Amino acid sequence: MTYKLIGKDFTPPDLEAKVTGAAKYAEDFRADGMAHVKIFGSRMPHGQVKNIDISEAEKVPGFLAALLPGEVKQPGPAGLPILTGTATYFGQPILAIAAETEQAAADAVAAVKVDMELLPFVVDPLESLKPGGPDALVGGNIASRGIDFQSVKWTGKDFAMVGEGELPRGAAVVEWGFGDVEAGFAGSAVVIEESMVHATNAHQAMEPRSAAAYWENGKCHVWGSTQSTSFAHPGLARLIGIELSDLVLVAEYCGGGFGGKATAYPLMALPALMSKKLSGRPCLLRVSRVEEYDNGMARAGFQGWMKLGFAEDGKLLAADMFMVQDLGPTSGFRDYNNVGNASSIVYQPAAMRFRAVPVLTNTTPKGAQRGPGENQAANMVEPLFDKAARELGIDRLAIRRINAPGNGGANATYGPKQGPVTSAYLKEALDKGAEVFNWAERSANAGARSGSKVRGYGIGQAYHSAGANGFDGLVRITPDGILHVHSGVGNLGTYSYASTSRVVAEALGYDWDRVVIERGGTRKHIPWNLGQFGSNTNFTMTRSNYVAAMDAAMKLKEIAAAEFGGSPDEYKLENERVVKAGDSSTGLSFAEAAQKAIKMGGKYAGHELPEDIHEMTRASATAVAGSGLVGVAKDNLPKEGTVPALAAGFIEVDVDVETGKVEILDYVGAADCGTVIHPTGLAAQVRGGAVMGFGLATTERHIYDPAYARPNARTFYLSKPPTILDVPVKLDWAAVDQPDPQNPMGMKGIGEPLQGAASAALINAISDALGGHLFNRTPVTTDMVLNAAEDRPQSHRPLATNTV
Amino acid sequence: MENYGPYDPTLDYAPGPATKEVAAGSDCIRPWKPLHMSRRNFLRSVVCSGTVIAGAGYLFSAATPSRADARAVERLVSLTVNGRVRRLEVPPNETLATTLRYRLGLTGTKIGCNQAECGACTVMADGTTIYSCSTLTHRVRGKEIVTVEGVASADGTLHPVQQAFVEEIAPQCGFCTPGQVVAAVALLNVNPKPTVEEARMALSGNVCRCGAYDHYLRGTMKAAERI
Repeated sequence: MTYKLIGKDFTPPDLEAKVTGAAKYAEDFRADGMAHVKIFGSRMPHGQVKNIDISEAEKVPGFLAALLPGEVKQPGPAGLPILTGTATYFGQPILAIAAETEQAAADAVAAVKVDMELLPFVVDPLESLKPGGPDALVGGNIASRGIDFQSVKWTGKDFAMVGEGELPRGAAVVEWGFGDVEAGFAGSAVVIEESMVHATNAHQAMEPRSAAAYWENGKCHVWGSTQSTSFAHPGLARLIGIELSDLVLVAEYCGGGFGGKATAYPLMALPALMSKKLSGRPCLLRVSRVEEYDNGMARAGFQGWMKLGFAEDGKLLAADMFMVQDLGPTSGFRDYNNVGNASSIVYQPAAMRFRAVPVLTNTTPKGAQRGPGENQAANMVEPLFDKAARELGIDRLAIRRINAPGNGGANATYGPKQGPVTSAYLKEALDKGAEVFNWAERSANAGARSGSKVRGYGIGQAYHSAGANGFDGLVRITPDGILHVHSGVGNLGTYSYASTSRVVAEALGYDWDRVVIERGGTRKHIPWNLGQFGSNTNFTMTRSNYVAAMDAAMKLKEIAAAEFGGSPDEYKLENERVVKAGDSSTGLSFAEAAQKAIKMGGKYAGHELPEDIHEMTRASATAVAGSGLVGVAKDNLPKEGTVPALAAGFIEVDVDVETGKVEILDYVGAADCGTVIHPTGLAAQVRGGAVMGFGLATTERHIYDPAYARPNARTFYLSKPPTILDVPVKLDWAAVDQPDPQNPMGMKGIGEPLQGAASAALINAISDALGGHLFNRTPVTTDMVLNAAEDRPQSHRPLATNTV
Repeated sequence: MENYGPYDPTLDYAPGPATKEVAAGSDCIRPWKPLHMSRRNFLRSVVCSGTVIAGAGYLFSAATPSRADARAVERLVSLTVNGRVRRLEVPPNETLATTLRYRLGLTGTKIGCNQAECGACTVMADGTTIYSCSTLTHRVRGKEIVTVEGVASADGTLHPVQQAFVEEIAPQCGFCTPGQVVAAVALLNVNPKPTVEEARMALSGNVCRCGAYDHYLRGTMKAAERI
């Protein structure tokens, strides 16, 4: 299909503000008399507050107010409090102080005396599962969305029954499967059985989660840093304790989120609550980098065990997996399920059993981080495929091709229920990537040595579900003929808020320079949209924008029919005019139609609205009613099955066996993201995802002192995100560019698997250079490489977490 | 809608206002059992509650002041920022990033790490890039400071680096972008035709978590062709 805008590059409207410094992030807004807020973070990993003495703090010049845990709403069990009297991790906010200056607030916080009683604490999930092991929270060590807060202990026998370095496998809290796993193993030519560890790591968004707020005429105004605008709104209102209509949220830019700012979060509500105490005076909470490490979410870690059975030709016959998730101190995210789900779609096993236990620990809270569970799965499973390929004597590309879903995914299945997928072209992505990379020829150089450097090659694959449905779209044509697309998706930096808005322009035949995107906050009258997370924006938002565009198109035709007679289907849209089919001279410009819509009122101008739209959309449409032709609809388009975003990565590295340094020489990322909507935007995602993946694979992790549960990696250099010198000069990309049949223009999301494909490829390439050495631990750090190169034992115990 | 979405901590909160206002946090304290005070647990308790490690890294991270210093008398300082002479009362322990952002309203300069690691606060002082989060304002008295706001022409025409960054869609989230722009401009001011390696070195003090290095590098080289 040929499009005017889709698949073409364009300049997103917020770019110029980013390069000139005009872009305003949460901490860049100023208000007269703004007070500064600082938090007092827990000095204990798990402790009960016995007394808070603020008498000295009150004497600090400039002190305004203290906000204590009893003054704010508290969540249910295993929730994440705004302020707490029972700290469950180091650095957790216990109280906040507002003062005239930031220095005064810091001085006052330093003068606070908090008496705490230390409670039992734990940072290693397996320690908590041991008989009599410590619980991270009073009353339990297991929680998850949909799983009751409870205490689970395995038996001594569970721990004794396994071999050295093997994951004990006691009672599982989660269990699902399909097919006959034991029969699969019995019929396998090669069975791989390994235990492994995946570290937790911080999101490390460049912008810490600062926020500011004030109250005016009963309404609360918040400047916040969030990936999502509409989707963050109800949650923030809930945290502050007010009605949706009493909250104004401004979130024009988000300085990185990666899942850590997917929704509203407790710290975002803190300035609003403090401001309320100060009778509405503006309050700014500037979150420091260290506070961000303590409170800014992290990817969940795993201790895992996997057994994979392969046929002679490399086909995966059976997969058995057991995952112990490091959940942090709250119900967190179900990364564990995504390990199983991702494995089920990427490898299409004939039979599978999946078990998991999410275990609470006294570590920083864990939220979803780019490919939560799916990308850990890539890092844990992909190396086992390399091992199987070596044992079977087949090529590492071949073993992936034979298992990968392809040809559109007609026979592909997903998850515990083995449900259908909307489209899948992973095999094609492998082929495309292999071709661009020239895998066949180059991978033959594996092991080539030059001085102390050994060449290695790797392939990685990853998945994330890439779309939802049921959200609303809101568009408007004003009497000047300008198209306004109201978008509440958020501005994370993928520019998909803009590229998905182009679908409206495409559907109505608009010139892009006559389109205005209304975004950046609830004052822009935004519809109910899903947030910008979960690789979903392209699929979900193009659908909701499309249905709103179709509603506008129908209204344009009805207005023309009312003016010139005949039925609406005798009219068509052409050059920003609605004209009679076969007689282009009879018709109205969109500007004229918008003027008529205002006169006709009713549904045309947004005075009458569909029944099924969300209350947020209803309020926004009502606010703009009468200002033009209003197109508004809920996405009721059919959708059946899971929408898969799939990616494959190919990498070339040199491993210095004398220093352990890994140098990445070349990388190609290939994406199955449906129709390519914005080529340069996609390129930026493929490359950026790869860079983040390189860090995940080799340098980034939280480290908690096991004796005292203190976090020891709270600076960039101790959990290093790659710099420009750590990545190749050029990162290449490719896309399958096959439309998804369940999206009007064929789009799917892609953001997350681009990271997992790269990180898994890098881990595999390092192993390749070392003759296939299996690390079974992510990240693969320099000293691990060196130990492996010199055939020395690793310095960590096999299943230990928080290793250096 | 299928079960879709990330960890949303707000779902654990009941709707509506807080049930009651409670004084002094007394109500927040749940029943607790004292830990058995073995020698080991006693030591743990001491270590865990010690004030050895401050809970937060604050604004004045370059030289954490004592409280007495913090209330030191503000002293007049004369700064040249983006070509304009600004006379300000600034305490001796204030960082340049704070002065720019909170006294002069130049919020383009970002504070990403407060500890000279990330480069989001990069500005030029007499043409040299510095981390303004870790430079005391009094140290740059009399120097010519250029921030991201001072890079474009007075009439708003973008600097070739800015224009090229727009064309290459270099920024993603954009938070590191001001630092990247300043670093690239500072490079091209002294070395208008850098090699790729020289450009990489010049940008190596600026972390981009979105990983847009490729695009920033292309933008820098493209701008060099036009200067």
